[in-house]
Amino acid sequence: MIFLTRRATFSASHYYWNEAWTAEKNEQIFGRCSRRSGHGHNYTLEVTVAGEPDPVTGFVVDLKWLKAAIEDHVLAAYDHRHLNLEVPEFAASKMIPTTENIAIASWKRLETVVNSAGGARLTAVRIYETPEIFAEYRGEL
Amino acid sequence: MLSASHRLHSDALSAGQNSVVYGKCNNPHGHGHNYVIQVLVGGPVDSETGMVINMLDLDQSVQKEVLARFDHTNLNLDPLFVNRVPTTENLCRAVYELLDGKLTPANLVQVRIEETENNFFEYSGESR
Repeated sequence: MIFLTRRATFSASHYYWNEAWTAEKNEQIFGRCSRRSGHGHNYTLEVTVAGEPDPVTGFVVDLKWLKAAIEDHVLAAYDHRHLNLEVPEFAASKMIPTTENIAIASWKRLETVVNSAGGARLTAVRIYETPEIFAEYRGEL
Repeated sequence: MLSASHRLHSDALSAGQNSVVYGKCNNPHGHGHNYVIQVLVGGPVDSETGMVINMLDLDQSVQKEVLARFDHTNLNLDPLFVNRVPTTENLCRAVYELLDGKLTPANLVQVRIEETENNFFEYSGESR
């Protein structure tokens, strides 16, 4: 079994705000992240898939295909967007676009695409919010 | 790190199919990468030395088994890749197999190879 990871970057803005809380509590819990004018990050997304190299091509999955899948299904929705306001999974449910939730949401966007293509299965999605902080989701184990 | 060239081409496919599957990696003259190899070993910390393995020994083994063999070479010409396309998947497995059992007193746990800054491959043996 080979684990193959493709890296991509996107830039987006967000804020942290729980509508069930008072403004004071949001400010207390989320600090500067709660400012409603928002702020942004350069995110790095790492998508890991696993499988056996195809005996003919030597590929677990075609990296060009994986790159395009990440661009079409994640970057097209997230890059240069305001996550709270413009990305459906956050805007509709008011889910807070923390790095944890972005990892889970990215997984959901990619899981069927990768697993139904044949040859590889999605094993991890890692999101770096800054070089110092990342969250990783491996599905419900 | 090792710098090597390769061409992705399968004799089992037609020229047209090779071009479709491998794109610019099928360029007849090949192309190259600076591969970054990470070798992860495990084992108990020796009570006298405080080491799992002496890093000089680890360096020397990787140098002898892997870098001496592949650095500044054309991977397609290596006997390991006569019948196997030198994708980084296959290179990752080949490096693991070259090092496995040769890093005593430590055990090889995983080989990770970065082909470019945007993609990397990991292999931990058949059981994992």
